[in-house]
Amino acid sequence: MQLDYFQLLDRIVELNVQKRTIRTEATVPLTSTIFEGHFPGYPLMPGVLLLETMAQTSGWLIIALTRFERMPFLAAFKEAKLRSFITPGQQLSISAKVEHEGSGFAVAKSAISVDGKVACDAEITFRVVAFPSPEFRAHMKREAARLKFPTGAGADG
Amino acid sequence: MSSTFDTVAKLIAETCDIPADTITPESHAINDLGIDSLDFLDIAFAIDKAFGIKLPLEQWTQEVNDGKATTEQYFVMKNLCTSIDQLVAARGA
Repeated sequence: MQLDYFQLLDRIVELNVQKRTIRTEATVPLTSTIFEGHFPGYPLMPGVLLLETMAQTSGWLIIALTRFERMPFLAAFKEAKLRSFITPGQQLSISAKVEHEGSGFAVAKSAISVDGKVACDAEITFRVVAFPSPEFRAHMKREAARLKFPTGAGADG
Repeated sequence: MSSTFDTVAKLIAETCDIPADTITPESHAINDLGIDSLDFLDIAFAIDKAFGIKLPLEQWTQEVNDGKATTEQYFVMKNLCTSIDQLVAARGA
């Protein structure tokens, strides 16, 4: 994780297009300026960043489902629950499943687990549109390579 | 009106917290009911699930933007329900 760059995932470990599922991993950094304010002497991973972590995981799955032709943009969270505190150094396992692919939108369910226990979960809606520019798509392909996005799932095309 | 209308009106009422008795076959989902694009994604999701179809929202939006169709053709309730019925029939064909 590089919180200041909004790089909230470290790697994609499983991606199954047929089952429309994905699992990613990330380790919360030990230090960050964010923890200086949230909170002094009691560092906690902000809930909004946990939601973003689930959105990014779901987003990579949607990119795979669209063969890297469409970009998902976050539109809504429903039933978001932050069940336990997440602190610096903890290892996160993030799972997501696309529940529905509509015309120009998709709905996913995602969860973050720590040590096998669900720490937060949500239903997430995305608008799914064409990449705004070739440069944007190229940036996402570089990010895909960093995350070890599986070849054959569209990132190499 | 058809059971399609009853189902869609109920979905809209539940999704957007709109009193069901204000939704008529002549209601324009955007202009009369005040449903914005984000809420319409929720409604499309609910309609897709309820009828086992995929509303072609992108195609409709493109046609409206290109001047080839009006929003009334797709977003007035009775027309929306006709489209849903056609999509259901096409799925079963």
